[in-house]
Amino acid sequence: MDEASSCVSGAVSADVDRVHEHAVVGGCVFRARGLTKIYTMGEVEVPALRGIDLELAAGELVVLLGPSGSGKSTLLNILGGLDTPTSGEVWYLDHQLTGATEQDLTRFRREHVGFVFQFYNLIPSLTARENVAAVTEIAESPMRPEEALRMVGLGERLDHFPAQMSGGEQQRVAIARAIAKNPAVLLCDEPTGALDSQTGVVVLEALEKVNQTLGTLTVLITHNAGIADMANRVIRLSDGHIVDIRTNATKKAARELSW
Amino acid sequence: MRALDLKLFRDLWAMRGQVLAIAAVIMGGVATLVMSLSTYDSLVITRDRFYRDYRFADAFVNLKRAPESVAARLAAIPGVERVETRVRAGVKLEVEGFSDPITGLLFSLPEGAEPLLNTLHFKRGRWVQPDNADEVVVSDTFADAHRLNPGDKLSAIINGKRKALTIVGVAVSPEYVYQIAPGSMFPDFKRYGVLWMGRNALGAAYGMQGAFNNATVSLTPGTPVQDVIDRMDALLGTYGGTGAYARKDQFSNRFINEELNQLQITATIFPAIFLGVAAFLLNVVVGRLVALQREQIAILKAFGYSGLEIGGHYVKLVMLVVLLGVAGGVALGAWFGQGLSNVYMETTFRFPYLDYRLEAGVMLIALAVSAVAALSGTLFAVNRAIRLTPAEGMRAETPALYRATVFERIGLQRWLTQPTRMILRNIERRPVKSLLTVFGIACACGLMMVGNYQKGAIDFMVDVQFRQASREDLAVTFIEPTGSRALHELQAVPGIRHVEGFRDVPAILRFQHYSYRSAIYGIQPAGELHRSLNAALQPIRIPPDGVVLTDHLAREILHVKPGDLLTVEILEGSRPVRQVPVLGITKQYLGVSAYMQQDSLNALLREGNVVSGAYLGLDPGMESAVYAELHERPRVLGMIANAAAIKSFYATIGEFVLFYNMVASLLAGSIGFGVVYNSARLALSERGRELASLRVLGFTHGEIAYILLGELALLTLIAIPLGFLVGVGLCGILVLAFKNDLYRLPLIIEPSNYALGATVVVVSALVSGLLVWYRLGRLDLVAVLKTRE
Ligand SMILES: Nc1ncnc2c1ncn2[C@@H]1O[C@H](COP(=O)(O)OP(=O)(O)O)[C@@H](O)[C@H]1O
Ligand SMILES: [Mg+2]
Repeated sequence: MDEASSCVSGAVSADVDRVHEHAVVGGCVFRARGLTKIYTMGEVEVPALRGIDLELAAGELVVLLGPSGSGKSTLLNILGGLDTPTSGEVWYLDHQLTGATEQDLTRFRREHVGFVFQFYNLIPSLTARENVAAVTEIAESPMRPEEALRMVGLGERLDHFPAQMSGGEQQRVAIARAIAKNPAVLLCDEPTGALDSQTGVVVLEALEKVNQTLGTLTVLITHNAGIADMANRVIRLSDGHIVDIRTNATKKAARELSW
Repeated sequence: MRALDLKLFRDLWAMRGQVLAIAAVIMGGVATLVMSLSTYDSLVITRDRFYRDYRFADAFVNLKRAPESVAARLAAIPGVERVETRVRAGVKLEVEGFSDPITGLLFSLPEGAEPLLNTLHFKRGRWVQPDNADEVVVSDTFADAHRLNPGDKLSAIINGKRKALTIVGVAVSPEYVYQIAPGSMFPDFKRYGVLWMGRNALGAAYGMQGAFNNATVSLTPGTPVQDVIDRMDALLGTYGGTGAYARKDQFSNRFINEELNQLQITATIFPAIFLGVAAFLLNVVVGRLVALQREQIAILKAFGYSGLEIGGHYVKLVMLVVLLGVAGGVALGAWFGQGLSNVYMETTFRFPYLDYRLEAGVMLIALAVSAVAALSGTLFAVNRAIRLTPAEGMRAETPALYRATVFERIGLQRWLTQPTRMILRNIERRPVKSLLTVFGIACACGLMMVGNYQKGAIDFMVDVQFRQASREDLAVTFIEPTGSRALHELQAVPGIRHVEGFRDVPAILRFQHYSYRSAIYGIQPAGELHRSLNAALQPIRIPPDGVVLTDHLAREILHVKPGDLLTVEILEGSRPVRQVPVLGITKQYLGVSAYMQQDSLNALLREGNVVSGAYLGLDPGMESAVYAELHERPRVLGMIANAAAIKSFYATIGEFVLFYNMVASLLAGSIGFGVVYNSARLALSERGRELASLRVLGFTHGEIAYILLGELALLTLIAIPLGFLVGVGLCGILVLAFKNDLYRLPLIIEPSNYALGATVVVVSALVSGLLVWYRLGRLDLVAVLKTRE
């Protein structure tokens, strides 16, 4: 795979052994070419992405930075198979996502992707453990829900319902849910957006831990530049374009961040 | 258990009120379905078993008199399997301590053997002993009505001679499952009885030794019954045969079949309404649920659940509600069914036993029909869940679009407060849903009206029949047609105020290929007592030299109109066939008849001034004296007293009316409550935030309740008049569906019935309103404002 060579490879996780079996170490996991997305709302056309070229490597932690409306969520959703671009191509390893059927995309998400959203999106009628189980039940080789919850520091809150937990705790349940199936990719859309900075740090620590111990390629959206310091790479979006890609020489631990 | 299934149960539990309300509506539909079908099955199974075990005949005939040797010729008719000849005698009966006239029908039993056909099932006692002259078996209806048992005595006036009889058995016959005196409109177990005694004894008393005047035959399987009937008629014509008829025309059997037919109609119409309403309720409730759970659906899909898995999840949810409703409905339906079967057994049909059966097939039908209704109701919502793309589900739903309502656009806004505007806008924003809600509530009102319709309709029928058409206090029939001197003798009896003679004769009426077996009544053209009515229910004068037919007979059976020429085949004497013009149509709800002027009928029969009976008007208080006097007259065969018949009829139907009222109230209540409560809860779920915000702004509990419940109150008010229409429509369907020659229901709905329908709606609305009011009091203002929806 000669495309792999174009991936930035300085950001590979130290814990090589734990890297997901699908991922080539340091190899290219996602590759996007000329991605555009135009929403049509009646007469009006809203361009959300205007030509994105991008590679994401296994094990790295990437922060997508940009103002509100710059197209971050749209890009993330397309990478995760939740949405399809208007034009351009996306590859996941050697699978082309663009042009895949809904069935294929469903299988792709089921097997390889974990999502974390700003508003946690837990199922209110299920406990923490059951929320995680809802995903592990349909996964091939998942962790046990308890294990995933312990990783995010919620080993004691297994049987609490979402309504009985704080925002930060709910978000950590969401992370546990996302990682419990051992996904190759973890896509997080403003996971700290609804949290205060102190709680946000706890959530980011959980993500950091997952990235480091499991070697999961983690993409983290934020409009908060302070968070960018924990990334291997920072990709800045503005108005549907990538305006800058920066590799952090030294990345900070989540614990040291504040905003 | 799988996490998704846990979610299912918790979701159901969270909306348990609505789930129960919907299940109750499904339960109503299933209960009527199961009640009707199981009763239908039970009656059919019982009927068939009884007919088979007790050898119910295939064809029947009455004649004047034939020597016993003719039986062999009947048996020789191809296809005839068995022949039973009998002596059949109309008698007057006397039971000690009962002074009203009692008419009886006495049949002979073969000596020393069981009847070959139409044999008896004994409730108590035994057969008569061979060659015993005074032993008799009586029908159980008559025995029970008079508390008679083997060993008790009664007397019969046979051929003018009183004969003392001893009851040895109480029995049921397949020929008289439904018992009604000839010429009477309703069953009257006290004043009409069927009895059986030895052939020799009855033959001697009735002058029929070595002869018979009634024959029944059974046929070998596959024989066309009409062929046999034609041959029987050809054979028995010379013996005064009055025309053989098949089982399907046998009165008791026909009545059972009509009743079965009604059950089938009930099993169709009512469940359809209930399940339609349930489908609508599920539609809104599941639609709302899917809308509320968009984000949950989106996240599940984001994590790889497929559209089908999500759709299956909601289908499962719907099916659980259906299962709940069906289970309750089957239980309730079985209970209703048993109740209805018992009412039938006690009041109408005298089967020796009733096998109440709830077949598995009936339950499967109920489940299938409910499932189909429920799923078609939720198809749209479930499809929306399947089609929702995850990216879309993550975005908050756009705020609902409201606009100024018609009332405001036409300039009424000055008079509308803000809350009232909210009510109107909300109704107008969802016109279809509002309309369906109104219609659902209207159905509750309509169903209640149907449940109570019968009583009013029967009252009306009875009033028309007995206070406007047949106004006689007593109808007497003579043993045989007599000269008009008999009328003068009656006139002379103290207590008889007015006498109107009539001549009636059995006949087959034919027009083109249509025919009907009935009788022609020759009555007095300007009669005071027995009159014909026009469509406006005003008495009309029967014109001379032609026949006037009951509307149903003319239009639905014979397809004749005034001016057409009817062929009349007289079933008496030399059985002449004559052409008679149809001169008019009369309105009649009970039975069908053909009327002529008595003189014209006499002329048609080429006879003098001959009557077969008389209608009597009695002086008040003289009834018993007149009965006693007439009872002694040998020429008087039977007497039918209208007042007594009506009274006993009401006693009979009382149980039915009570039963149906109970069922209707229960079911209508469940629909009313189901619809109103669901709308209220739905409105609360959709607008809880909005209302909580208003509370935060300082609105009182009462004020926000007004916004929510005002909408429901308005819809309920609109629903009531619509409900009246639905009620009238449903009753109209019943009128059309239950139309037969035995009776036609009039489309008469009493004011009290409208009131009842409205009451059910208002009460269920009030109960739902109260429940919602209580919930509004517990709105958690902080929580509602904090959560993002
Ligand atoms: N479903 C949609 N329909 C129309 N426009 C949309 C839709 N989703 C996003 N957009 C528009 O696309 C642009 C990019 O949106 P998004 O990717 O959500 O930005 P970000 O996540 O960076 O805030 C915005 O202008 C937004 O309004
Ligand atoms: Mg975004």
